[in-house]
Amino acid sequence: MDSTAAPQTMTAPARIAGLPPAFYRVGAFVISLILVALIILISGASPVTVIGSMVSGAFGNADQIGRVIATLSPLLLCAAGLVYTFNAGLYNLGVEGQITFGAIAATWVLRLLYPEGATASLLPPPLAIALAVVVGGVGGVLWGLLAGALHVYGRISEIFAGLGLNFAATGIAIYLIFGPWKRPGVASLSGTQPFDESLWLGTFGKTEATPVALALGLIALIVTIVVMRNTYFGLRLRAVGRNLRAAYVLGVPARRQLLSAFFICGLFAGIAGALQVVGVFHRLIPNISSNLGFLGLLVVMLVNFDPLWILPVAFFFSALNVGSLQLPLSLGLESSLSGVIQGLLVLFALLGRGLAQKYGRKPEG
Amino acid sequence: MKVELRHIHKHFGNVHANDDVSLTIEAGTIHGLLGENGAGKSTLVKILSGFITRDSGEIALDGRPAHIQSPADALRYGIGMLHQDPLDFPPLTAIENFMAGSLATPALLNARAAERGFRALCSQFNFDLDPHARVSDLTVGERQQLEIVRLLANGAGTLILDEPTTGISASQKTLLFDALRRLAREGKSIIFVSHKLEDVEELCDCVTVMRRGRVVGELDLRPYRSNGHAGHWPADKRFEVTTRIVEMMFGKELAMPTKPATHQDEVILSLDGFVLRSDRLEMRIEHLAVQRGEVIGIAGLEGSGQQLFLMTCAGLEHPAAGSIHVGGRDLTHKPYNDFLRAGVCYLPADRLRDGLISGLTIQEHVALRMSGKGIFIDRAAAAQEAERAIATFNIRGRPDTAVERLSGGNQQRTQLALMPAPLNVLLMEHPTRGLDIESTLWVWQQLIARCNQGTAILFASSDLDEIVQYSDRVIVFSGGRISPPIAATELTADSLGQMIGGRF
Amino acid sequence: MESAQLLIILATAIASATPLVFACIGETITERAGVINLSAEGTVMLCAMVGFVAAKTADNVWLGFVAAAIVGALIALVVAYGAITLKQSQIAIGFVLALLCSDLSAYLGNPYVRIPGPTVPPRFPIPILQDIPLIGPLFFREGDILVYAGYVLIAVTWFYFYRTRGGLTLRAIGEQPAAAFARGHNVIALRYIYTLIGGALMGIAGAAFSLDFKAGWSYRHTAGYGWIALAIVIFGGWNPLRAALGAYLFGMLQSLASVAQSAIPDVPTQVFTVAPFVLMILVLVLTSGDWLDRLLSYLPVNARRSLSRALRTAPPAALGRPFEQD
Repeated sequence: MDSTAAPQTMTAPARIAGLPPAFYRVGAFVISLILVALIILISGASPVTVIGSMVSGAFGNADQIGRVIATLSPLLLCAAGLVYTFNAGLYNLGVEGQITFGAIAATWVLRLLYPEGATASLLPPPLAIALAVVVGGVGGVLWGLLAGALHVYGRISEIFAGLGLNFAATGIAIYLIFGPWKRPGVASLSGTQPFDESLWLGTFGKTEATPVALALGLIALIVTIVVMRNTYFGLRLRAVGRNLRAAYVLGVPARRQLLSAFFICGLFAGIAGALQVVGVFHRLIPNISSNLGFLGLLVVMLVNFDPLWILPVAFFFSALNVGSLQLPLSLGLESSLSGVIQGLLVLFALLGRGLAQKYGRKPEG
Repeated sequence: MKVELRHIHKHFGNVHANDDVSLTIEAGTIHGLLGENGAGKSTLVKILSGFITRDSGEIALDGRPAHIQSPADALRYGIGMLHQDPLDFPPLTAIENFMAGSLATPALLNARAAERGFRALCSQFNFDLDPHARVSDLTVGERQQLEIVRLLANGAGTLILDEPTTGISASQKTLLFDALRRLAREGKSIIFVSHKLEDVEELCDCVTVMRRGRVVGELDLRPYRSNGHAGHWPADKRFEVTTRIVEMMFGKELAMPTKPATHQDEVILSLDGFVLRSDRLEMRIEHLAVQRGEVIGIAGLEGSGQQLFLMTCAGLEHPAAGSIHVGGRDLTHKPYNDFLRAGVCYLPADRLRDGLISGLTIQEHVALRMSGKGIFIDRAAAAQEAERAIATFNIRGRPDTAVERLSGGNQQRTQLALMPAPLNVLLMEHPTRGLDIESTLWVWQQLIARCNQGTAILFASSDLDEIVQYSDRVIVFSGGRISPPIAATELTADSLGQMIGGRF
Repeated sequence: MESAQLLIILATAIASATPLVFACIGETITERAGVINLSAEGTVMLCAMVGFVAAKTADNVWLGFVAAAIVGALIALVVAYGAITLKQSQIAIGFVLALLCSDLSAYLGNPYVRIPGPTVPPRFPIPILQDIPLIGPLFFREGDILVYAGYVLIAVTWFYFYRTRGGLTLRAIGEQPAAAFARGHNVIALRYIYTLIGGALMGIAGAAFSLDFKAGWSYRHTAGYGWIALAIVIFGGWNPLRAALGAYLFGMLQSLASVAQSAIPDVPTQVFTVAPFVLMILVLVLTSGDWLDRLLSYLPVNARRSLSRALRTAPPAALGRPFEQD
């Protein structure tokens, strides 16, 4: 059949040759921008003013740039972790819970080492912080593997297992904040008693950005790029994600591979959670993840699971988040415009991909 | 209802699945449609039942042209189809299944009225179906009965049955055949698609054989029978009919065995008291010992359990009983990984579903096979190996070609190229399907070279010439039984045909 | 605690669960047709905002519901188009919409935060029903028309599911679309319709929050309820009656929790919002693995069958999978 392949002589009505697939992707992107402009117009503002305000809000001064970096660091960790689960064919919506549980674990260690009021302990502060980050990673791994075990052994959709565990982790955090770890005096949603300043992660100057967090984020991303491009592990992961059965027949231990993906994603998310505690909030708060896990999901979906593009996209998304904080002050608008822009970009990227597959000209094959 | 199909053509890409097929089914007859998988018979009946739209050709019912473009159209014309895997709703009850999609069902369900109709039809055919049982709790045979009753309630004048006797008990088969004969007597036309010669001979009035998208022969069975319809067969007549049908299906002459002797004395694979069980089949092999370098061909109509057998030998399924030894090691109930380590390799027939990974390139597949040697992919080695594989196996593609872009033949070459070496046992389905003659010869040269290195090969094929040409011994799967191995040199077209027809 | 007091608490709880009932029934209908609309959280929130704004602008509370239903259906249309026509991941599209619509509600709803607006007129007592002992005070005390609408919706949906041909077809296309196609049904069109209906009901759920049970609009006004609805649908085993029951149970749990607050002050009420998710996971564990079958296999056949029927509420077999016509 192959060498004697006859030219295509279909009697079925020939489909009109579609436009190149890129047309649909670019078209979808343009539509998403138009919609953003429309939504801004509906809110009674001018898109140009709004964008100007957001740019100055993100890059106007060192503080703001610092805040962008502070958002970027954990986002890189989460996005890098999600690369593993996405490539294994998993929607790890449980990443939020993995961040939260990592933060809980980190807080637990710090509270153990430095109970209320204590300023000296077995471990000096730098080591205590390091330990907290490690334990945070372990906490994230536990929460990730729980979702993984439910999925691999319990055959439960990882989507619902993950979502459920997100709320469970938040529930635990709230319980701790109001219960055993409540502030002296009155418990409140504002979180636990802040740690002593000696337990805060060092920052760039007076900004919120911490070099350690940024370094960890970048390392995670680089490691991920290398693993996905250059290692057998990454290749096996992609094989499992694309065709679990064939990968198994070819000798890839599929279960172990899936659990490893949950393990690594949990690890990175847990570290991100610990960094939120020691670097950003300096205490445990109910929404310790700041929705960075969900934002990470959006980033990785937008780059179609390819880690190479994560840095620019994550940086852009972080800048949007920080820049939009300016909107209520300068224009009286709500800061969630950043989420609207991010959501529209990803939604239309997905739709554009679908349109290109359905209507785009098929490559010669 | 008389059904006429005239000059039906259907292409799937480059494959001409139905090539000018014409077929007439008289009202009141049961018409057998025989042929291997891929012969085009299921395409044909799916065109008639509206699942597939034809490229060209006409359908006439009782002499009037019929416009069938969808299953809804076919239902309106009174054509009903029973699919091999019953297309029903397992979590719903029998009566709900009966009502779902029935044209007679009123907008407000009237379960009591439906149940009355249901019970009346069931009792007509002696079907014993509990209307309130969930379909998931029914046997395949009962689900079939349910479908028949449903189609009849819809006023079907033509029934198409696709492999209806696979997986049902003997008594259910008797019930089914009685029902079909009765329906034929009432003037309905019945198309009986099957692999099983025995069933076709027992039931059908006429037989049409398809091969490679074309009708290759027709046979009216009624004159052979002593008394028309459901009569008994004189033994000599039956033998004659089987011979003629087998001839139509496989051709008159078999190729000559050409394989050089490669087997060595050492037994590499042995099966003892080996029992295979699926929800449809149960088969037993008392003892089979395969020597190093030996090639065992597995003949039999497709779907007779060959795949289950090969997968069980590969460690992807577990035997229901018995033991399997590879190279003297007991691998019974051991994990698949142990089979891989023992040098067992399985090449599935459905390459893109079970064998290769869409989206990965040839080079990445090669690298995947090298996985485990270190952490980092040795790109240079993988590229070199991929280039070598492409050159030696004459694959039309580049190392960075994604496998789903390759043609079917090239995908098969890629699978062959990915086989690990050394190898003790190689299990294959249709090793040369979709390849031209030259490539086939070449592939077998490679495989025989493997045999010379001590690999034992077990392969299933629907090409009897291939089986006879390249096997040392042949086993035949038929109707839930497995024949003892026979030397390929002792086989004739006749004896093989009779075995495939279930007589051994 | 006095029993009369408890009765009042429970009655309030049942009434306040009404929006959740709408959302759960909507999602149940969608999922039964084989489509997961994961955007519930965003849909409910955005529609709460749209309903409030529309009602306020038109000064007509019912127009608010209409607008909310339309927007809910439009969001569902995006899910349906992406998932059914373009065959992209339903999860990805639904999830992105969940986030997008939540943020959109916050952004566009900003000018309407905490301002007075129209609400559903308060009481429609039903003479005879409200006097039935226990039932009356429990289910008809609030006298809110939406509460009644919730009851009607549950009954109608149940009736449609199990007593009409359309409902039978709906259940069929979610189980075995190929078989439904073989029976002559237009699977794709039906999936579109039911996804849209489900979306509209989720939209009404949103408006029920902002125009009645949590009247007004504020930042993230209905946060969490969409996810909870998704969990309850699973907890309810894709059965409208059980899903509604789940929603009412959740309402009661919330109320009892706030009562229990005084008894166990250490446990904040927010912890109890976790309950549906824990229950959801437990239900999934119970129904997804094969260990339940293994456990049941020790029982006699009849007991096994009926127990398995009661416990095993398997999801629609084709849930989340696109239908390939050939």
